[in-house]
Amino acid sequence: MRRVAITGLGVICALGRNTAEFWESLCAAQSGIGPLESVDTADLRFRNGAEVRGYSHQPYFEDRRADFLDRFAQFAVIAAREAVQDAGIAWTPQLRETTAIVTGACVGGQSTEDTGFLDVYKLGHNRVHPLTIPKTMANAGASHISMEFGVTGPSFTISTACSSAGHAIGQAYWMVRSGIADMALTGGSEAPFSFGILKAWEAMRVVSPDTCRPFSRDRRGMILGEGAAMLVLEPLEAAAARGARIHAEIVGFGMSADAAHITQPSAEGAAKAICGALRDAALRPEQVGYVNAHGTGTAANDPTETRALRLMFGPHAERLAISSTKSMHGHALGAAGAIEAAATVLALREGVLPPTANYSMPDPECDLDVIPNQARHAEVEYAISNSFAFGGLNAVLAFRKT
Amino acid sequence: MSDDLIQRVRNVIASVKRLPPEKVSVDSAFQELGMDSMDAVEVLFALENEFDISIPDDEARSVHTVREMAEGIERLIAAKAASAPAAQS
Repeated sequence: MRRVAITGLGVICALGRNTAEFWESLCAAQSGIGPLESVDTADLRFRNGAEVRGYSHQPYFEDRRADFLDRFAQFAVIAAREAVQDAGIAWTPQLRETTAIVTGACVGGQSTEDTGFLDVYKLGHNRVHPLTIPKTMANAGASHISMEFGVTGPSFTISTACSSAGHAIGQAYWMVRSGIADMALTGGSEAPFSFGILKAWEAMRVVSPDTCRPFSRDRRGMILGEGAAMLVLEPLEAAAARGARIHAEIVGFGMSADAAHITQPSAEGAAKAICGALRDAALRPEQVGYVNAHGTGTAANDPTETRALRLMFGPHAERLAISSTKSMHGHALGAAGAIEAAATVLALREGVLPPTANYSMPDPECDLDVIPNQARHAEVEYAISNSFAFGGLNAVLAFRKT
Repeated sequence: MSDDLIQRVRNVIASVKRLPPEKVSVDSAFQELGMDSMDAVEVLFALENEFDISIPDDEARSVHTVREMAEGIERLIAAKAASAPAAQS
């Protein structure tokens, strides 16, 4: 089987419009959480989110092209463009035919759907905009990326709630590793800020009224985020042969189902996915130095994830550095696994571990080293990125410093 | 607390959990009723609709029995009546 290199990165989220801005904010523990701009929050129990502030489709898309793309699909294309440019891909007809696109998306074109529903249910209109379906579908991101670059290889979208992008990157990794694809554009995108879906989140009572404080005793819930991250994956040998810059290697992927509860997480299910990723990478637990946690900041996730890490890593859990970057870019649902994979890859490449921001007090139930509030210099060889979804479907990726 | 209020709270909980109403008493603890976190948010949603009130997250977290829930709801109804404009004599 082929080794797989990450040669391109693209990110757009509350922390920045590109990878450099994203990384700078992560290192500075600068949170992108603030009052929501794109939705009127007067009738909501929470006011804050991690938005791409001041976003407009210009200068990214001409007006007529933007008409066809919901915000979540725009983010997907913007991140993919950066990743492709970063990787320095020279497209050939053969490469276009053998490149795969695998994206993650959880809620799809929510704001488009919301507008359509408002038209028929509230405003009494008898018709909705004809582009409502193609803008809303969860695979719109993958479709528009394929059109952007003329890629005709295997392309699809995975929707497993908050694990969507983790599962997507894992599939893309396996496809490149096995030779099904010679290159992959993979990641996730999300733009969940519409009034209707925020009301649904409010009803779950898991969104914090102020900010996101993962692993901190006074945590009050998650903060929703938006954005996209895309990675370019290619065989290590081919990347080295063409002289590409290799950000890191992707070395393992594990998945599992809790088979327990539709919203309550299970430590056993999470540990099983971590175990799967390490086995896939042929890694011993002691070789892992950094964990980019799922770390949502909810009452249930953080102690459960702590238990999962202890189950899986045993005494080595005490020596693991763990952080939740959701404290800064929010929980971007179907994009979360991709944004966090990008953070993990950059942490390995730069030898700097991003912190858990907004941390204020230890919780005995989350008693591991969570890199509170300040980034840390550390040369780590192996790192994992956790995604544990509502519905109990888990995805864990393992990376190696190059 | 009025019997009527307690009865309505018991009925709402029984209906959400699909239990016979007699299984839910004013002294029942949510844990005994087998309520998990998702059941709890569904019960809060149903109670908010039943009484036309809004139950804040922070208050909801400290409630563990049917009695505490009924007491909390009584307070919220009273607070709502006190802050409402004195129209419709």
